[in-house]
Amino acid sequence: MNDGPGVYLDYAATTPVDPRVAEAMCACLTGDGVFGNPASRSHEYGRRALEKVETAREQVAALVGADPREIIWTSGATESDNLAIKGAAHFYRNKGRHLVTVKTEHKAVLDSMRQLEREGYRVTYLAPQPDGLVDPEALRAALRPDTVLVSIMHVNNEIGVIQDIAALGAVCHEHGVLFHVDAAQSAGKLPIDLDALPVDLMSFSAHKVYGPKGVGALYVRRKPRVRLEAQIHGGGHERGMRSGTLPTHQIVGMGAAFALAGAEMERDLAHARALRRRLLGGFAELPGVYLNGHPERCLPGIVNLSFDYVEGESLLLGVRPLAVSSGSACTSASLEPSYVLRALGRDNPLAHSSLRFSFGRFTREADIDFAVARVRATVERLRALSPLWEMVEQGIDPARYHWATH
Amino acid sequence: MIDFELYSPAVLEHYERPRNVGALDPEAPGVGTGLVGSPQAGDVVKLQIRVDAEDRIVETRFKTYGCAAAIAAGSWLSERIEGLTLDEAEALDSREIAEALALPAVKMHCSVLVEDALRAAVADCRRRRAGA
Repeated sequence: MNDGPGVYLDYAATTPVDPRVAEAMCACLTGDGVFGNPASRSHEYGRRALEKVETAREQVAALVGADPREIIWTSGATESDNLAIKGAAHFYRNKGRHLVTVKTEHKAVLDSMRQLEREGYRVTYLAPQPDGLVDPEALRAALRPDTVLVSIMHVNNEIGVIQDIAALGAVCHEHGVLFHVDAAQSAGKLPIDLDALPVDLMSFSAHKVYGPKGVGALYVRRKPRVRLEAQIHGGGHERGMRSGTLPTHQIVGMGAAFALAGAEMERDLAHARALRRRLLGGFAELPGVYLNGHPERCLPGIVNLSFDYVEGESLLLGVRPLAVSSGSACTSASLEPSYVLRALGRDNPLAHSSLRFSFGRFTREADIDFAVARVRATVERLRALSPLWEMVEQGIDPARYHWATH
Repeated sequence: MIDFELYSPAVLEHYERPRNVGALDPEAPGVGTGLVGSPQAGDVVKLQIRVDAEDRIVETRFKTYGCAAAIAAGSWLSERIEGLTLDEAEALDSREIAEALALPAVKMHCSVLVEDALRAAVADCRRRRAGA
């Protein structure tokens, strides 16, 4: 990004709002714009707001091959995950109380599952393969007669791996189990056709795809109809599934962002692929660097690299003002280990640190070049400082060295 | 994770430009080596000293795998002990390191680790001398 406080390669955390989206949002705030309450159907202010909201609903539905009536507005993917998982589990509690998910899911899914466990439900947490993918046969083996719902994300936020939603959903439907997919990282980045996919519930976020923070949506299949117990009560908005005044400007922003994402998907994808090649090429000659997750079945805009024998906090400090995200599978005195990388069971969990580079529509080649130069220089400098790297160069494996503990 | 704003200018300066980075031949006369910490714990410090015939430290080298505070503490101490006798170096306390670098409370262990490295290096120096 131009003129920011650094170089921003943290698009998987959030993206800047596309100026075209911001413009559409601004038209729904002030007195000269469409500021009315979409629920005020008795007057023109409300009706105009409702019209905007329904247009946005069509835009979101169109991007993912859904019917607009299958789209429920929420405050974001976290709420969508909560509503899908807890809402379905509560509604179908007499059918069964077992759910299945994966250890590498987003916290919004894992914490919703934990809450259900506190309520007496049982949850199976599948381990992914070392490349991050979930084997459909492993899923099949985890299903029980009382399983009501499976939740597996489309694209992982830390490593970018793309799950085979069609195959996993097919397993669920063979066994009459509902399938929820968190698509916060994939919607607008990859083609999704819910008309063809065996998916019952899908979570979306606006701010991962150049829309505003604070708004998301949940797809709830109509045929066959999926029922949910509301988690937020008061007014019966959104077909009773999610009460609360609809934030017109946020919703309009999400609709505009999804429409743009659909129109520009090919260009965005080609851009991200080129940047990914450039980034990986920049590290090709640096030893002790590993790509986390499946090398091909991944979103091009997320690259997660591990650097051996470099400590995480000093790496993050050294790469400033580069804005990236960190997380290692190994213990660091100062950084929380990443449960996602841990679940992959990386080769050298002893001493490394990992950086997630994520980029998109507004990232320039110069940003990637800056990141590569900055990270390479820091890794080389910290390795020159590292007694572990010295051992490695002398042919001693720090993992086998007898460390005195005290 | 620590907020980098908590680091003093002294820590950041030593992190950016660490002194006496490198290694001495651990078998060379007068050299003592201390290697403490563990990768599992997230910090490893290696401190080496070389003394002259009067047991005075004439050369120091250090390396740190760890956070900026652990790097800065190793760098600072490597300078501080130059010219000291082994007895004087042994009398140093980790609190002096922590104060000089204004370490945040959550980074106190870094100064202790570096003090441990110094004690180990001094002990190795004496042991090798006695054995020689």
